[in-house]
Amino acid sequence: MKRDFNHQVKQLSRILFSFLLLFIVLFAGLFYWVNRSPDTIQETEEVIPLVAVDDSIENGIHLATGFVDDDGMQATIQNCTNCHSAKLVTQNRMSREGWEATIRWMQETQNLWDLGDNEDLILTYLAKNYAPDSKGRRQNINQTEWYELE
Amino acid sequence: MLGTLAGTLGFEIVFANKLPSNYLPLFLQDQDPFKLFGKDKEMVVLNNKPWNMEAQAHLLNDKVTPNKYMFIRNNGIIPTNIDTSQWTLTIDGESVQTQKQFSLQDLKIKFGQHTYQLTLECGGNGRSEFDPPAKGNQWTIGAVSSAQWTGVRLRDVLESVGLKSDAVYIGYHAADNHLSGDPNKEPISRGVPISKALQDETLLAFQMNGEDIPLAHGYPLRLVCGGWPASASGKWVNRISVRNKVHDGAKMGGSSYRVPCENVSPGTKVEDENMCIIESMPVKSLITYPKSGALIKANRKLNINGHAWAGELQVTQVEYSIDFGSTWVTCKLEQPVNRLAWQHFSATISFPKKGYYEVWAKATDQNGKSQPMVLPGWNPKGYLNNACHRIAIKVV
Repeated sequence: MKRDFNHQVKQLSRILFSFLLLFIVLFAGLFYWVNRSPDTIQETEEVIPLVAVDDSIENGIHLATGFVDDDGMQATIQNCTNCHSAKLVTQNRMSREGWEATIRWMQETQNLWDLGDNEDLILTYLAKNYAPDSKGRRQNINQTEWYELE
Repeated sequence: MLGTLAGTLGFEIVFANKLPSNYLPLFLQDQDPFKLFGKDKEMVVLNNKPWNMEAQAHLLNDKVTPNKYMFIRNNGIIPTNIDTSQWTLTIDGESVQTQKQFSLQDLKIKFGQHTYQLTLECGGNGRSEFDPPAKGNQWTIGAVSSAQWTGVRLRDVLESVGLKSDAVYIGYHAADNHLSGDPNKEPISRGVPISKALQDETLLAFQMNGEDIPLAHGYPLRLVCGGWPASASGKWVNRISVRNKVHDGAKMGGSSYRVPCENVSPGTKVEDENMCIIESMPVKSLITYPKSGALIKANRKLNINGHAWAGELQVTQVEYSIDFGSTWVTCKLEQPVNRLAWQHFSATISFPKKGYYEVWAKATDQNGKSQPMVLPGWNPKGYLNNACHRIAIKVV
């Protein structure tokens, strides 16, 4: 009897111990699951350094982007600098029709979203501040710096 | 991932294997493109997303362009997690006998290696001069380079796979990412007709100027098609499709790398079906010495030198003018080191009296075609501006 009882106690404690181990493993697993680093979820996502956005304007130019400060600039920044830099906009000159055609091309082929009410604002801003100027068939050499050649 | 980059970076990241898999070391987060890509401070950044950067004429004086003066043109985001031991090149498409895959090691062992100096010029080099302006990065004159490329011939690889008789074009696919982040979109997937693909000089290159190709220029594998718009030379290439029709990848259609089949007046809207793909680049030259803006003393002679190239063709003559194109004097011109490499010219100029001069250079190709002095035929995207290069000089 006594040996049986001892045997049963041992068996019970073994079972309890097994459960304890199981719980530990389970909790450890849950803990890991909750706290695992996000890069194991999305292997392809790149770490993008956070940059504080500086919204200051100097001489009519938005310093962080180089855009001309005018009505529609914020909408342009918000909609036109997600995929490419502001430089791709500011180095170009187009008529309103040209800018509109560029937006359509981006919507058709480059995943640009519907600009909604902002479209008119953005087109007006771009057509006014980034309009073509006539360059003729060949411009002057714009030599501003001279140096002595020995 | 970064450990394998050590070769391209030029130094080792100690404990690279301990870096979390998506952590970019601070120096790679650094947005200073000159440090990031090993470029000279005088290079000009046109765009920082995607990265586009060009040289100035005087920076291109080397006979073989070093990395620090080589322009960068990207349509998408440069790939970062490159593991060369896992890198494969797949040859597929309608016109291969069987699809086949090669590791980098396979390519290096199975095929003969060749080195050529190959001139690569962006199709849009000179776009900034177009009137009405043309859309895109506003390249001036610095989107051209002529580096030494080492690799295996695309022809040898294609022949080992076996082509069907209906093969007309090849198209590349690569590891760069679309600006929108859409994994189903390719930023660019261009190619060349099969005749260009089978040329001796068309390489699958793994070295530039004797070292691993720098990351921004296509590490670890780049298709190099000298003499054609540089966009035909796909970077980070991992697949080449042999097509039974003209390749229809991204930037092969519409107004991308295409010009009106027949000349149009400036500003004309041209329908897609009337646009033709650019093949060989036109004849062009650059005065790389001296830098524009030189003041020289009266009675001193001026030595000038530079390079000339003509796409698939050879340059047979380079001339200079100091009287705005009224008279021309022939320069000394060297033979190319190999086909599709640029050629070097030089001259010694005497100026008749004090005053302001412009030195103009004009190259002529083997078919007798010369560079125009003004902008050539207008096209919607501003390609193929081969107007003669000019520098300003004052004799004081």
